[in-house]
Amino acid sequence: MAQATETRRPVIEIKGVSKTYRTRDGEVPSLRPLDFTISDGEFVVVVGPSGCGKTTLLKMIAGLLPPSEGEIRVEGKAITKPHGGVGIVFQTAMLLPWRSVFRNVMMPVEVKGLPRKDYEKRATALLKMVGLEGFENKYPWQLSGGMQQRASICRALVHDPKIVLMDEPFGALDAMTRERMNVELQRIQRETKKTVLLITHSIPEAVFLADRVLVMSERPGTIAAVYDVPLKRPRSLDVLADPVFVELTQKIRKHFNATTTGA
Amino acid sequence: MSPLSQPSQHWFQAAWLRPLIFLVLLVAAWDAAIRVFHIPPYQVPAPKDVIITLWQEWPMLLQEAWPTTVATLWGFFLSAAFGIPVAMLIAGSRTVESYVYPLLVFSQSIPKIAIAPLFVVWFGFGMLPKVLSAFLLGFFPVVVSAVQGFKSVEPDMLDLARAMEANRLQIFRMVSLPHALPAIFSGLKVSITLAVVGAVVGEFVGSNSGIGYLLQRSIGNFELPTMFAALVVLALIGVILFWLLDVIERLAIPWHASQRQDFIIAA
Repeated sequence: MAQATETRRPVIEIKGVSKTYRTRDGEVPSLRPLDFTISDGEFVVVVGPSGCGKTTLLKMIAGLLPPSEGEIRVEGKAITKPHGGVGIVFQTAMLLPWRSVFRNVMMPVEVKGLPRKDYEKRATALLKMVGLEGFENKYPWQLSGGMQQRASICRALVHDPKIVLMDEPFGALDAMTRERMNVELQRIQRETKKTVLLITHSIPEAVFLADRVLVMSERPGTIAAVYDVPLKRPRSLDVLADPVFVELTQKIRKHFNATTTGA
Repeated sequence: MSPLSQPSQHWFQAAWLRPLIFLVLLVAAWDAAIRVFHIPPYQVPAPKDVIITLWQEWPMLLQEAWPTTVATLWGFFLSAAFGIPVAMLIAGSRTVESYVYPLLVFSQSIPKIAIAPLFVVWFGFGMLPKVLSAFLLGFFPVVVSAVQGFKSVEPDMLDLARAMEANRLQIFRMVSLPHALPAIFSGLKVSITLAVVGAVVGEFVGSNSGIGYLLQRSIGNFELPTMFAALVVLALIGVILFWLLDVIERLAIPWHASQRQDFIIAA
């Protein structure tokens, strides 16, 4: 499986990574040992039930949490602390309410002390790409939820990271906006050629967006299955009715039903 | 002008008008109560007498208001200058919090007004005991509000900043401090009104100038109109200082939800 992608250069390597939280009530295992690799430019979607450690996995890749065991490598370097090589998008846009949309997008540039002039052009271009042209000087609360989330995607991309990590980025949006955002995200990924790791608990969203879907089991989570998505890109929303799409979502859904009834 | 912003332009819609109308009604009720119940002027003076006193004694009242205002402002500035950094330490470090915060809360159960005479013993008559008494009352609300402000930053926001490799100072400057500002301002507003009380208490126990001194002297001489006039001046000090702070708040955090009304119209 995944013959075509495995020949490409690996960007994220996860080797025997597990996570156990130490709490007052003792040790709480969050992730059982995981192994997988994500290649350059690949769009990988992790789908799993709530509380299966998806977010923990994402934070470990960003260097925000140390793994309990195992090793995470990003572009060959072992990750022990935040490394700035990623852009992150959370479920809520997390824009700073006192900054205009443009200054929110420029925040990583400011933090890293990158040359502002060059990146201002980039920020403007990104905002244009996501259809926020003319909203640069608005404040986040003057934007709709979908627009805020698009601005936060621009912020994740502005410093040109290799990797974009997205934690249920469209989970707080209504179903129609969500579908539109999926199409848009696919276009953004194709235009920027970023490596994307996206977490969701929507199976259709996972299949629609992914080159590869990692299915996670209940807590303590581990990878239960990996599915390649053979659908051609660019995918339109018509794909949702494609027999291949329907079959794959069914297959993944069955997998969840099997694990829940089995447990 | 858009039709939406039109009504706010009429003077009879102004925000200050309604409390003013209510105030006039209250004064009228006061006057009526004195006439109906035949309350003697050595117990409650008539509004007319108070207004006449305010008019005639205005230069003296203003002169006495000055030291009270100065003591209030110093007490308030000290509250802010110490309260905000203390809150930063408490919010920033579990260790500091566990040592300091319970004691700070406990210290609030001591009636601070009872400490004021001690300041006179230590520092004599004059400005310093008044300032300290104002500081003592104004300090705590700043700390409590600011701690709450610093601590209520969303963890995801902090993670986001950390993932950008922001250092502690950058996180503080770009995320925590602006996030805490609305809470800090609400603490400062409580603080400034309490600082007025603190200054007056300081003047009660050991001073020969200021509104607090005037209050004590006039009640001792049964000069009730003067005493009431002094109360009016005291209220004016509080209102003016509060209003100034409100203006500063509007300028400092125009983005905050509590200030958005005008902001949207302006945008």
